[in-house]
Amino acid sequence: MQGMMISRAKELLQDGTVNRVLGWQAGEFVYDITPAVFESAEELDAGFVYNAFCGSNLSKYLIKETIKEGKILVFLKPCDTYSFNQLLTEHRIDRDKIYVIGIPCQGKTSGEMLKAKGISGITGIKEDGDNVIVETIYGNETFARADVLEERCRTCKSKKHVVYDELMGEEGEVLDSGRFDMVAKLEAMTPDERFAFWRSQLSKCIRCNACRNVCPACSCEKCVFDNPNSGISQKAAADSFEENMFHIIRAFHVAGRCTDCGECSRVCPQNIPLHLLNRKFIKDINELYGEYQAGEEAGSRAPLVNYTTGDVEPSIVYHREGK
Amino acid sequence: MPNEVKAFKPKIVAFCCNWCSYAGADLAGTNRLTYPADVKIIRVPCSCRVNPMFILRAFQRGADGVILCGCHPGDCHYTSGNYYARRRMTLLFSMLDYLGIEKERTRVEWVSAAEGAKFAATMNDFVATVTALGENKRLEDLRCKE
Repeated sequence: MQGMMISRAKELLQDGTVNRVLGWQAGEFVYDITPAVFESAEELDAGFVYNAFCGSNLSKYLIKETIKEGKILVFLKPCDTYSFNQLLTEHRIDRDKIYVIGIPCQGKTSGEMLKAKGISGITGIKEDGDNVIVETIYGNETFARADVLEERCRTCKSKKHVVYDELMGEEGEVLDSGRFDMVAKLEAMTPDERFAFWRSQLSKCIRCNACRNVCPACSCEKCVFDNPNSGISQKAAADSFEENMFHIIRAFHVAGRCTDCGECSRVCPQNIPLHLLNRKFIKDINELYGEYQAGEEAGSRAPLVNYTTGDVEPSIVYHREGK
Repeated sequence: MPNEVKAFKPKIVAFCCNWCSYAGADLAGTNRLTYPADVKIIRVPCSCRVNPMFILRAFQRGADGVILCGCHPGDCHYTSGNYYARRRMTLLFSMLDYLGIEKERTRVEWVSAAEGAKFAATMNDFVATVTALGENKRLEDLRCKE
């Protein structure tokens, strides 16, 4: 796949369709792949990487890239295309300056999961059917892909690209992967249990802002949390209240716009399951205001900037089942 | 010296829409209807002016309960503000409940300018509910405590 992608990117650079390529390159560690822009065939040969560690969602990087001159080629996995559509809806990116190649994804491997399985000294990774072969300085190890998937990939919502100019490989389907199971489990707990669960999770937060910075929906130029008057700008949370507030408000600001790409949980250095907050909003919106998948269709109206006269009253929260 | 147990008096913040509930509160006053003095009213131009952050800030600064009063759906001075507020507050309250924060501490009521009696009754009921719940512990900010 990597070879195919490089040769196609070279062709498009050669014939002048695009003048740069947004893809991935190896970061500090082999399992730590970072997004990168390539401007020539030589750069592509030297640095372009696509493997089972390429989890990052490239859509957000297009906000900065489409301001620049010329057309850019971007490789998008199915879940990234949802974010792409959402950014189009919000007029954050310029469709005319982007050439999208959809690439298939079988789910990405989590470096954390491998570490938890005692793997160290990783030098590379290969995909082989339903297995991944991890190359380490101590030799190769083979895992079933399903055992070492990123959390968000275990409950993948879709293998279908919702937008592309060109597709590599086979088109997938929208999946029913039970992604709300954990939310439902939390909902079924007592308030005390839920409170204990979320305190144990949110108290780990170091306010590194990685979740905010990586989130394709958090694309404001000036974030509310950068406001010096907010009292909590650019500093570690000093109180349990601040931990709660940051995460409630962040989840609320992306409610109805979050495509559930799961980047927030993937980048969290403290492994807080932040996607559970976003999924709660998605689940509520689906249940109360009708099924809505942000990013499925460019130009669709987000539920929080819409209403019907017959909406449920907020008092429904007191009466819902299992609460 | 006998240990004196102070009766718990909740602090309630009521965000009231300028065009209806705020006038409703006024009417309750002119009609000599009583409601607890623990309710602190904050006037807002419309119920949809209330940002979710306002609600959280109120709890941070020591509120034990927060209530939002706006025009009845369909009667918004700005045509549709309360419809947006309704969706936002439903989702916010549901999220607070999801985090294990007592859901009875937050409420939305639609009170028109003519409903002084409803305003007083709502506040009496809400203060009683919050008094029964006790102090807000789960969404408190210790630095803001006296």
